[in-house]
Amino acid sequence: MTEPIIKVTGLENRFGEQVVHQGLDLEVMPGEIIGIVGGSGSGKSVLMRSVIGLQIPTAGTVEVLGQAVHGLDADGTADLTRQWGVLFQGGALFSGLTVAENVQVPLKEYYRLPVALMDEISAFKISMVGLPIEAGPKYPAELSGGMKKRAALARALALDPRLLFLDEPTAGLDPIAAAAFDILIRTLADAMQLTVFLITHDLDTLHAICDRVAVIADRRIIANAPIAELVALDHPWIQEYFSGPRGRAAAAGLGRSSSAVATPRLQKAG
Amino acid sequence: MPAAPPKPRVEITRLPGEQGEVISLLGRLTVARAAGLESDLALAMAGDTGPVTLDLARVERMDTVGAWIIHKTLRDNPGTSLVNASEQAARLLEEVSSADRMCAIRPALAPFWQRELAKLGFYLIQFGQTVLAGLAFIGGTIAGGWRAVRSRRGFRWNAVLVQVEQTGVNALGIIGLMSFLIGIVLAQQGAVQLRQFGADVYVINLVGRATFRELGILLTAIMVAGRSASAFAAQIGSMKLAEEVDAMRTIGLDPVQVLVLPRVIALIIVMPLLAFYASVLSVVGGGLYCWLALDIPPAAFVERLREVVPMSDFLIGQSKAPVFGAIIAIIGCFQGFQVSGNAESVGLRTTLAVVQAIFLVIVLDAMFAVFYSALGFI
Repeated sequence: MTEPIIKVTGLENRFGEQVVHQGLDLEVMPGEIIGIVGGSGSGKSVLMRSVIGLQIPTAGTVEVLGQAVHGLDADGTADLTRQWGVLFQGGALFSGLTVAENVQVPLKEYYRLPVALMDEISAFKISMVGLPIEAGPKYPAELSGGMKKRAALARALALDPRLLFLDEPTAGLDPIAAAAFDILIRTLADAMQLTVFLITHDLDTLHAICDRVAVIADRRIIANAPIAELVALDHPWIQEYFSGPRGRAAAAGLGRSSSAVATPRLQKAG
Repeated sequence: MPAAPPKPRVEITRLPGEQGEVISLLGRLTVARAAGLESDLALAMAGDTGPVTLDLARVERMDTVGAWIIHKTLRDNPGTSLVNASEQAARLLEEVSSADRMCAIRPALAPFWQRELAKLGFYLIQFGQTVLAGLAFIGGTIAGGWRAVRSRRGFRWNAVLVQVEQTGVNALGIIGLMSFLIGIVLAQQGAVQLRQFGADVYVINLVGRATFRELGILLTAIMVAGRSASAFAAQIGSMKLAEEVDAMRTIGLDPVQVLVLPRVIALIIVMPLLAFYASVLSVVGGGLYCWLALDIPPAAFVERLREVVPMSDFLIGQSKAPVFGAIIAIIGCFQGFQVSGNAESVGLRTTLAVVQAIFLVIVLDAMFAVFYSALGFI
């Protein structure tokens, strides 16, 4: 049994009177793609912010790569943060820099690389996330929503992290772009051996790329299992979520799109 | 802090093999070692004569940057072959080779003089457009006022009252303090100069006339421009970004009547009151200085003030205040409506609102000064 790459124990988050998490436990294994679902306001984003150290929990511990995230000194934090990439919901690209310069920011911060090599790295990362090369010298304001997400993914992957955090990666994308983004994440995760922590509302994404799905309700993780097992669970929220009209449509849709998605999985297995 | 450990490098050995020479890599091919790897590998490849084989058997780990350097070496040295790549390494090499498209890092720039010329032209066009749009906005506000007068609903007095509170009542503290201090400074500086002629008592003329006619009104206007023009621009700008203004239009509300008129009316009401208040506090500050430093008792100060400050000074000052109020409110709202795109634009427009409002207030004040002296009020 390998060690979990993310280990959250007894997490508690409260904002004033409002308790968001209480006694929340979660383990994520290396190499898996885990989807976090839950109703609006159930604390999915707060959980992610706690894991990546942006939110200091009221109680509980968060360990990533065997290290406690909270309470590290500045050097320790820097060493840890360069092992993960984060894709924020709106992309959070630096608006004063071009896409290529955005990708170079983490590289410049951590490594001394020749300028030519750095330019090449940003160029192939931009290509890898499926952006046209014309996007490189553009500023974020000139990009469409889908291109912004891809550019932000390129920046998140700039340091070849072991862990990738995605906050609603397909929100605001049209269904075609969303499906393409799903496939991109699966392909890159397989090629780069990434562990992916994914917050989403998109049932298609859950069906298409997640190895396991963790459900947040009642301030904790009430279930953490492959989607097929989740559907069988007898919890009202889970039943409503996965067996409602949209859930059923997404499950049926998996059959249609499975050929496109199954390929990377087969390669991973073989 | 302990000294940093020596940079780990990728060990590269070059040995003769069965078919040409074999370059063997040992260690991790990752971004952390990329700089050394690139130069070392280039060095090892240089000066080769026959075909070379890259042996990846002893590579512990490889990321995309390592894969990229291997890919580049293979691409730039035709005839080089690769052996013993792990399945993962082969997968990464495939990924990066399919992503081998160089792109520009920054947009291409025109020559310096061309850029500066374009900037100048851009500013000129923008200036013209702003003047036209500003005039249109003033016209729109007046037309909106006329529509409000004729409509059954009339003016939105509740909104006006809220604005009066925010722009007037809430500003009393800061404007009062500022005016009081300015009064003291004015009296003190005047006294230093006038004392040379033994004309200390003329400090009262200086403080009284300057304050009621010019300074009280002008400084209040500048303060209100900084406080309220910026607030108006930011409020309306963020409403515009959140599509609230569009929502108003679809419901049939007129943004001019709902947002602009209450603010303009509020400042027209508030400015004369604030200006009067500021003038009085300036005089109080000046009087206090006269009492403490020049031994002019308050009763004598007030007596002299009534003799030397004509009523026309007060009326001239007060007549300017509503005009300043209107222009400050209109500029603030106008810049708020110019917000578009992103949050950055709110900041830009807020700054512009303050700068333009202060500028216009001073220009108008100069015009008033010329106008009233031409009428014979000296």
